[in-house]
Amino acid sequence: MGRIVLDKVTKSFGDVTVIPPLDLTIEDGEFTVFVGPSGCGKSTLLRLIAGLEDVSSGAILIDGQDATSIPPAKRGLAMVFQSYALYPHMTVRKNIAFPLRMAGMDKAEQNRRVEQAADVLNLTAYLDRRPGQLSGGQRQRVAIGRAIVREPSAFLFDEPLSNLDAALRVGMRLEISEMHNRLQTTMIYVTHDQVEAMTMADKIVVLHAGHIEQVGSPLDLYRAPKNLFVAGFIGSPKMNLIEGDEARKHDAHTIGIRPEHLSVSSSEGTWSGVVGVAEHLGSDTFFHVHDTGLAETITVRVDGEISFKHGDRIYLTPRNDVMHRFDKAGDRLP
Amino acid sequence: MATKASRSAARLMLAPAVILLLGWMLVPLTMTLIFSFQRYLPMRGGFLDWVGFENYVRFVTSSAFWPAVQATLIIVGGVLLITVILGILLAVLLDQPMWGQGIVRILVIAPFFVMPTVSGLVWKNMFMDPNNGLLSHLWRFFGADPIIWLSDASMASIILIVSWQWLPFATLILLTAIQSLDSEQIEAAEMDGASALSRFWHIVLPHLARAITIVILIQTIFLLAIFAEIFVTTQGSFGTRTLTYLIYQRVLESQNVGLGSAGGIYAVILANIFALFLMRIVGKNLDR
Repeated sequence: MGRIVLDKVTKSFGDVTVIPPLDLTIEDGEFTVFVGPSGCGKSTLLRLIAGLEDVSSGAILIDGQDATSIPPAKRGLAMVFQSYALYPHMTVRKNIAFPLRMAGMDKAEQNRRVEQAADVLNLTAYLDRRPGQLSGGQRQRVAIGRAIVREPSAFLFDEPLSNLDAALRVGMRLEISEMHNRLQTTMIYVTHDQVEAMTMADKIVVLHAGHIEQVGSPLDLYRAPKNLFVAGFIGSPKMNLIEGDEARKHDAHTIGIRPEHLSVSSSEGTWSGVVGVAEHLGSDTFFHVHDTGLAETITVRVDGEISFKHGDRIYLTPRNDVMHRFDKAGDRLP
Repeated sequence: MATKASRSAARLMLAPAVILLLGWMLVPLTMTLIFSFQRYLPMRGGFLDWVGFENYVRFVTSSAFWPAVQATLIIVGGVLLITVILGILLAVLLDQPMWGQGIVRILVIAPFFVMPTVSGLVWKNMFMDPNNGLLSHLWRFFGADPIIWLSDASMASIILIVSWQWLPFATLILLTAIQSLDSEQIEAAEMDGASALSRFWHIVLPHLARAITIVILIQTIFLLAIFAEIFVTTQGSFGTRTLTYLIYQRVLESQNVGLGSAGGIYAVILANIFALFLMRIVGKNLDR
């Protein structure tokens, strides 16, 4: 069980309010991702849930029980840190067994659980090494191993993949998702990478300056961003945001159109512009189009086979059914 | 230093320092060695004869030798024990955020800047004086008879004075080591259910192991040679005659340079045994 409820939680450091009153419910077994730009309070929020920081006001409920003043170890949560925070002088075996040893579990049971975790995480061959002798991905797995042996009611991940290289990151992303499917335990995952958020989450919480901008499934957020911030943050490449006359034609202050919802032609279309940089990914190509009179650049995503050269004039046609409209305050219009 | 030219340039540049250091060490060492094989009494006829190993035999068979070695080891061991244990506790304490941290840290480090002679005199006259010392006032305040520190508890007094001097050094090194501990490790241990005491035992102390060996190594080398604190207080009496002090007495008080030099060579050998032993421990600790 791991249902976590935040009830009007606030956090301030001296005069600086990092988290204004915030309500959030994380259901049991859900994979929730906190995503937002650096300094948006997502790590602070995670540390509040973990108990590493005290809330300034409000309450945290874990499985219906008020956990606000319970010390971190008693909350039944396990955390994986950004730096992994492995104990450098202990072997992998001792690192993983540490929480069990602290709980006073007997040696045989400790060993059984460590071996089991090591087996799941492919660490059996490394049990007698020290963290310093492992690669980044292996260290990451040890940190996860240390979390799973405790059989916690929820896992907390604080940007766990940010120290890994791109290829490993994709691999670990899959492994963590796989682990969630197997364990069906609540997981809260903090990241600033919207790709990680989109690919892993059951529920994404978009944070901005301590506020929750929107909560929803990845596709909800993609299809119906509640405001300009979420619109600009979710989706890669970023949504094109257009203001002025073109927006007024659609009775909006700002319109947003995703790069993949523009069709391209060399002869005719609603808008026209000059091709700037083209990024070829093989499967797709991103064109950065200038001189459209709409915005500084319009990004278009097209099939990899379509090719235009730098300086070519092209015509763009937006799909009106997937156009997003926002009012002056930045909120979504129906 | 990749190329041949830069390697030889480096050697050339290093040469003056190496030669100076070698000369600085080799000349006195060689002279000591030469004196140790002579019967050399400056005030009683100067150089008299080459005597082979006679000085060496006389030095170790003298009744003062083994007590001196013992006194040296007790002082070194006692001071190491006190400074390392108190140093760790102080470092943990000073690492906590508190009001006036900067000033407190400077105050803690201050004794290290006091010259050994001065600190010896300050302790002797201001704290340990049987009539006017602060400690005897304290004892009398509680209705007890003042302890005559330097004669009744001479060894403890010397250890106290030297520890007071070296505690700041240990604290400073250990404090910087504690500050380099990744705070996420402590937080991880906290999440893992470790109490404050087990966090200290399982995380902080192993992290300090390297710094502790360095403190022990450096302090041992300096503590084997303490002299001023003994010279201005007990003058080597009441069982506080260390090997260093014994050599001083042989050379300057008895004016027997040959015998003192032989003792000097023993001291060099003893220090090297220590250094070798400690370096191996440090080496083991630095390996990982």
